[in-house]
Amino acid sequence: MISIIIFAVLLLVGFGFFAMNANKIRANILMGRDVDRSDNKGERLKVMTLIALGQKKMFKRPIPAILHLCLYVAFVITQIELIEIIADGLSGEHRLFRSSLGGFYTFMISFIEVLSVLAFVATFLFLARRNLLKIPRFNMKEMKGWPKVDGNLILVMELILITFIFMMNGADEVLYAQGLSHAENLGDQSLGFAISQYVGPALFGGMSESSLIMVERIGWWGHILMVFTFLNYLPFSKHFHIILAFPNTYFSNLNPQGKATNMEAVMKEVKLMMDPDADPYAMPEEGEGEAEVQRFGAKDVEDLSWKNLLDAYTCTECGRCTSNCPANRTGKLLSPRKIMMDTRDRLEEKGAGLRKNGKDYDDGKSLLNDYITEEELWACTSCNACVEACPVNIDPLSIITDMRRYLVMEESKVPTELAGMISNIENNGAPWQFSPEDRLNWRDEE
Amino acid sequence: MSNLMKVPTMAEMTANGEVPEILFWVGCSGSFDDRAKKITKAIVKILNKCEVKFAVLGAEESCTGDPAKRAGNEFVFQMQAMQNIEVLDAYEIKKIVTGCPHCFNTMKNEYPELGGNYEVIHHTQLIQSLIEEGKLKVEGGDTFKGKKITFHDPCYLGRGNNVYEAPREMLRKLDAELVEMKNCKAKGLCCGAGGAQMFKEAEKGDKEVNVLRTEEAMEVKPNIIATGCPFCNTMMTDGVKNKDQEGNIQVIDVAELIASAADL
Repeated sequence: MISIIIFAVLLLVGFGFFAMNANKIRANILMGRDVDRSDNKGERLKVMTLIALGQKKMFKRPIPAILHLCLYVAFVITQIELIEIIADGLSGEHRLFRSSLGGFYTFMISFIEVLSVLAFVATFLFLARRNLLKIPRFNMKEMKGWPKVDGNLILVMELILITFIFMMNGADEVLYAQGLSHAENLGDQSLGFAISQYVGPALFGGMSESSLIMVERIGWWGHILMVFTFLNYLPFSKHFHIILAFPNTYFSNLNPQGKATNMEAVMKEVKLMMDPDADPYAMPEEGEGEAEVQRFGAKDVEDLSWKNLLDAYTCTECGRCTSNCPANRTGKLLSPRKIMMDTRDRLEEKGAGLRKNGKDYDDGKSLLNDYITEEELWACTSCNACVEACPVNIDPLSIITDMRRYLVMEESKVPTELAGMISNIENNGAPWQFSPEDRLNWRDEE
Repeated sequence: MSNLMKVPTMAEMTANGEVPEILFWVGCSGSFDDRAKKITKAIVKILNKCEVKFAVLGAEESCTGDPAKRAGNEFVFQMQAMQNIEVLDAYEIKKIVTGCPHCFNTMKNEYPELGGNYEVIHHTQLIQSLIEEGKLKVEGGDTFKGKKITFHDPCYLGRGNNVYEAPREMLRKLDAELVEMKNCKAKGLCCGAGGAQMFKEAEKGDKEVNVLRTEEAMEVKPNIIATGCPFCNTMMTDGVKNKDQEGNIQVIDVAELIASAADL
C-alpha cells in the first residue's frame, strides 16, 4: 500500500513539474510576433509525418541516421511498457497485462528488448563518437561547456534506463523459472522474453531469492525514476527536440526556401510614398497609430516570430546547419547552430526576467550584440544550406535576415560597401554605378 | 554576329502594335557586366533561333531589389519592386524569363505580395522546354566530345526554388560527360556571392567561399564548370584564376554551352 502511495505521488510530481516547465517554454515561445501557419493542414500533416515521424531528412547521412533510428524506435515502443509500469505501480499488481495478452505480451516485451539492445549499442557508439572521434561539428566553440555535458548526460541517462529494463526483466526471468516471481504463473517455464531469458540466468543465475527480488525491484523503481528524471530534464535540455520536432515540422515554412518574408509595415509606407495623391500631413485614420509601433526587423527575441522561437527550443544542436554553412566552412564567425542556441538562451533569460520582475522589465540586454554580433550576421550568403540541412526544418536564415533588417533600417548600421550598393540602386536602378540609359548597350557591342 | 541579333524593346514592340510571348528580363549583371553580357547574347541567340517572340525593357528595366532586400533594406527593395511592377503591368506582361536566379526568385516569389503576378521562369527552364518541343536541335557536334562538365547549382535556383533538373537535362544533350560534385543539388555549396556578399568584402575567415567551391569542383577534374547564374559565373571564374587553373577549366553558362553546341 505504501508503495502505491509513493508511486502515485511520484507520478503526480513527475508530470506536474514537467507540465509547469513545459508551460513556461510555451509562454516564452508566445512572446514572439504572430505569423500565420494555420493554413494547408493536410500538407502540414504530410510534412510532419515525413520529416518528424519518418525522419526523412536524417537519412542524408545514413550512419548516424540508422543509429538515431534505433534509439528513436526503441524510445517510442518502450512507452508501451511504461503504460504497464504505471498500471502496475498504481494497482500493486505485477505484469498486469501478461495474463490477458498472453503470447502478444511476450512478443511486445521481446520486441522492446531487442530494440533496447540496439538502442544500447547505438547510444554507446554515439558516446564514443561524441567523445573519442574528433568530429568537428561536436567540438566547435558553441559546444564547449554545458552543451557538451548536456549531450553526454542524455546518452548516459539512456544507458541507465536500458540497464534498469534488463535488471528488471532478467531477474524476473530467473525468479519465474524458480516459481518465485510475482507474475502470474501461466504454466510455462519462462516469461519467454527474447533477450532477458538468456541474459537473466547468465547474470543473476546464482543469486538468492531475496537478492533477485531486490535486483528486480531496483530495476523497476530505477526505471520509472529515470523516466521521470528524463522527462523533467527535457525542458532544460536540447533533448526537448523529441517532443518539439513534431509541432516544429507541422508549422514548417511551406513557401519556396528562396522567398524571404514580406514586411507589411514597410509596404504601407512605400505605397504612401509612391502614391501621388497621398497627403503626407493627413491625420491618421481612426484606429490607426493606436497599435503599438513595432520596430523594423529584430533586435531581441520578442521581435522574432513565435516560429523562430519554437525553432530555437527544437534545436538539438546536431550542427548539420553549421557544417554545411559556406561562411562557417571558410572560417568565418557565423554558425547557424549558434544563432539558434543564442536565440534560445536569450529567450530563457528574458522569459525568466519577465516572470520574476513583471512584464515591463528591461534587463538592458538584447539578442543583438550581447549574443549575436554584427560580424556573424554579415557573413551570411543567404544560401539556405542551413535550412536545407536541418532534420527538423529549423530556419536560421530568417532570424539572420530579420536582424540585418533591424541593423539597416533602425540603426543604419550597414557595411560601407553595401551602403554604396544600396545608394547605387536608389540612384541608377543597379547595384553598380551605371546609367540606366546604358542598359541596352550590349545589344550593339561586339 | 551581333548584327544578326534581333532584340526589340517593349516600347518598340508596343509602338508597332505587337505583343511578345515573353519578356526577357536581362538583369543588372546581364546588362552591365562584360562577362555576363556574353551570357545575355547567348540567350538572345537561342530565342532568335527558335523564333520566340520576346522583348526586353532596355532602359526601363531596373534592379529587382534583391540585393537590397538580402542586405536588410526592405524600403529600397519595395521601392524598386513597386516601380518595376508599375512598368511590367503597364505593358501587361504575363510571362518573364531571366538569366539571373536572383531576379527569378525575387520576381517569382516576392513580387506577388506587392501586387506583381507573373509567370517567371529561369532561362534553363525555357531552353530545356525549347529542346523538348523540338524547336532547338542540339547536335553536340564535336565541340564537347570527351569533355567533362560539372554543374554548379545556383542557390536561388536549386535550394531556393527546387530547379535542379532543367540545367542537367540540357547538359546531357551535349556530347560530353556530366560529372557531379560531392556537394551538388540540394547539398550544393554556395559560390559566395548571395545575400549581397557580391558587393562587399567577405568577413574575416581562413578562405574565400568561391575558392572552396572551386576546390570541390577540381576534385572531379572537369574541363568545364557550367553555371546558371551570372554571379556564380563571376565567383567561379575568380576561383579558377585563384587556383591557376585557367588553362584547364573554363567557366561557362549553360546557355552559352547550348548556343555553341547548336552552332549559334
